[in-house]
Amino acid sequence: MFDYNFHWRPVLKSLPDLLEAGLLTLQVAALSMVIGIVIGLVLALIRMHMRGPLYWLATSWVELARNTPALFQLFFFGFGLGAFGLHLSPFIIVLCGLSFNCAGYLAENFRGGFQAVPDTQLRAARSLGMNAWQAYTRIVIPQVFRIVYHPLTNQLVWAVLMSSLGMLVGFRELSGETQFFASRTFRIFEYFAVTAVIYYVIVKFILAISRLLAMRLFRY
Amino acid sequence: MIEIRGLEKYFGALQVLKGIDLDVEKGEVLSVIGASGSGKSTLLYCINGLEPIQKGSVLVDGSDVHAKDTDINKLRQKLGMVFQQWNSFPHLTALENVALAPKIVKGKSKAEAHDIAEKQLKHVGLADKLSVYPNALSGGQQQRLAIARALAMEPTYMLFDEATSALDPELVGEVLDTMRLLAEEGMTMICVTHEMGFARDVSDRVAYFHQGVMDEIGPPEQIFGDAKSENTRKFLANVR
Repeated sequence: MFDYNFHWRPVLKSLPDLLEAGLLTLQVAALSMVIGIVIGLVLALIRMHMRGPLYWLATSWVELARNTPALFQLFFFGFGLGAFGLHLSPFIIVLCGLSFNCAGYLAENFRGGFQAVPDTQLRAARSLGMNAWQAYTRIVIPQVFRIVYHPLTNQLVWAVLMSSLGMLVGFRELSGETQFFASRTFRIFEYFAVTAVIYYVIVKFILAISRLLAMRLFRY
Repeated sequence: MIEIRGLEKYFGALQVLKGIDLDVEKGEVLSVIGASGSGKSTLLYCINGLEPIQKGSVLVDGSDVHAKDTDINKLRQKLGMVFQQWNSFPHLTALENVALAPKIVKGKSKAEAHDIAEKQLKHVGLADKLSVYPNALSGGQQQRLAIARALAMEPTYMLFDEATSALDPELVGEVLDTMRLLAEEGMTMICVTHEMGFARDVSDRVAYFHQGVMDEIGPPEQIFGDAKSENTRKFLANVR
């Protein structure tokens, strides 16, 4: 039928390295999510409440992040800035690229979340004597958080998978590491098959944690 | 005492309150009736400063609600408000709904706040629902929860904005009973309402609003028996 002989031994030998790279993938994805959440929240609030240059800056960010390939966004931070003499490390390039992308997507999630909480909730809180900060942090944001919780999980999964683009800017995360070993041993299929399994396990792990956390957080 | 003088309120170009003068004494129950869009709900929002006003003044115990140097968050503690769409906080249990404001606004300890909340929930007949989330309560129960939540701040005045209009007919009674109970206890209340029976039986005075103007105010016997204004008579003939 076909005369390809599978050789799994080299893959097994480099499995510890692959797993370590998997951890790096998880790290860069999680870190860019944290940055993305903070920036996304700010972008959403700017887009909802402000006009003028800040509004246009936030809107351009969201538009670019959502409507151009994530790969190009990574290239911008890698080769784009590199062309202007600003050379970032592969880790920072991927972190910036993913954070930029996540912030754009999350901004829209947050905006939808804020719009889904009725104004009357804010009014009820204010009528009890809460100041604006208390009303937002105790009443509005907890409800927004629940609305965006599952989209947030999806975005984290997306960030894990998207970080594989890092190998194209020389980052030795899971895919980069796999590519490195595969090209050294020519066991390309075996390496990427095993790596696919590792990605799968990471994503399933994130989803399981997220589900458990949701059960604890959202009793209503 | 609540003193309203020459109150004017616009939404854009639309004038919804056209110069309202009204005093509400402590211990008084005032019902405000009138057609939809007559400005009666807006009046309540202007009293607790949730809506800015364009002219006139609202004084609560001598403090100007709309003055820039008034601590509105402090003043609002005197003014409990109950909304048409009860607005319970869905992410908090009944107990937490009521305990939150005493805790974070008044700085009560957790134990004190929970005691207050338990007391008020018992007051409105929800003693067995402390740990229940609002989505497991009926509309009438949620509205009573909202009343308990407002009462927990120990307000001097209670403002009811059509507290029963969004309820299924069979649930109206339990909320009206709770309001009656408060009236009997001597709470000062301004009730915007479509419940004419309640307005007649419980109020000390009834005000009829017509197109942003307080057309007539007087004791219930006058309004329901011998209204002076043609508009009031027409309105009451239609709702009966």
